[in-house]
Amino acid sequence: MADPNKVDPIHQFALTDIISFGEGGISFTNSALFMVLTVGVISLFLLLSTSSRSIVPSRAQALSEMLYEFVANMVRDSAGKEGMKFFPFVFSLFMFVLVANLFGMIPFFFTVTSHIIVTFALAILVFLTVIIYGIWRNGFKFLKLFVPAGVPVYVLPIVVPIEIVSFLSRPISLSVRLFANILAGHITLKVFAGFIVTLGSLGFLGWLGALLPLTMTVAITALEFLVAALQAYVFAVLTSMYINDAIHPSH
Amino acid sequence: MEAEAAKFIGAGIAAIGMAGAAIGVGNIFGSFLSGALRNPSAAQSQFGNLIFGFAVTEALGIFSFLIALLLLFAV
Repeated sequence: MADPNKVDPIHQFALTDIISFGEGGISFTNSALFMVLTVGVISLFLLLSTSSRSIVPSRAQALSEMLYEFVANMVRDSAGKEGMKFFPFVFSLFMFVLVANLFGMIPFFFTVTSHIIVTFALAILVFLTVIIYGIWRNGFKFLKLFVPAGVPVYVLPIVVPIEIVSFLSRPISLSVRLFANILAGHITLKVFAGFIVTLGSLGFLGWLGALLPLTMTVAITALEFLVAALQAYVFAVLTSMYINDAIHPSH
Repeated sequence: MEAEAAKFIGAGIAAIGMAGAAIGVGNIFGSFLSGALRNPSAAQSQFGNLIFGFAVTEALGIFSFLIALLLLFAV
């Protein structure tokens, strides 16, 4: 599939070793590099912008405070006062997914969240947090999650397995939603950009026609910025709702 | 039928799944609009739910797009 005369939208997702630690296969890849970069940029920005702690905030401090309040309001609305215990967790998830997605939009940068293993790791983290905290705090009352209120007893043998399956599908849907959105967006961008080049090779009329895929590429880039922010928000909101299920297990 | 041809046909069929997601997304925004026209003052407070509902519904369309991409490029 790496024919130089054809559009190859998959090559951008290939992992390359930067520092390899011997024959075992573990190495510091480009994915790891950009994850370190993401965390570094987030930490530096938040620390430096709020270091002066002025009452009248500078622009950077205002941005940090807006991000903090946005996530804090979201967690408090979904999970209540007790859910605020998980605010650092949800805030870290939100900032990591947001900045990782946005870094993917920069040319020649690698998109960390375009690999299912990365988004699956984040989703499993959320899922296990919900289960472990739910059982630790509620004991076996946590299983009330699978028995919706007001359901007649004879329907329970059908409803409870359905509820269990839909609960177990949460990490899958959480991870695949983020992964598929980012992957599909980047592949679409690459394919439309390839159309520009393909049309351009047809001479002057080709260059005129190539304006169409160029317009689409610009429009889809704008859409991808929106999707980057939106998917971070949706990941964080769903995490808050699942944490609410762990704290108050009832439907 | 060779595998290559089957892949392309499968990708085309998988793309049909996005029709359901398209109807769903239109439903979400349509309901929001008709609700907002009845009660404009409460519309802004539900904006977060709107965006969330849109993203969750679109995810299902993206799942079917993902199957098409997997068939084309990764199998």
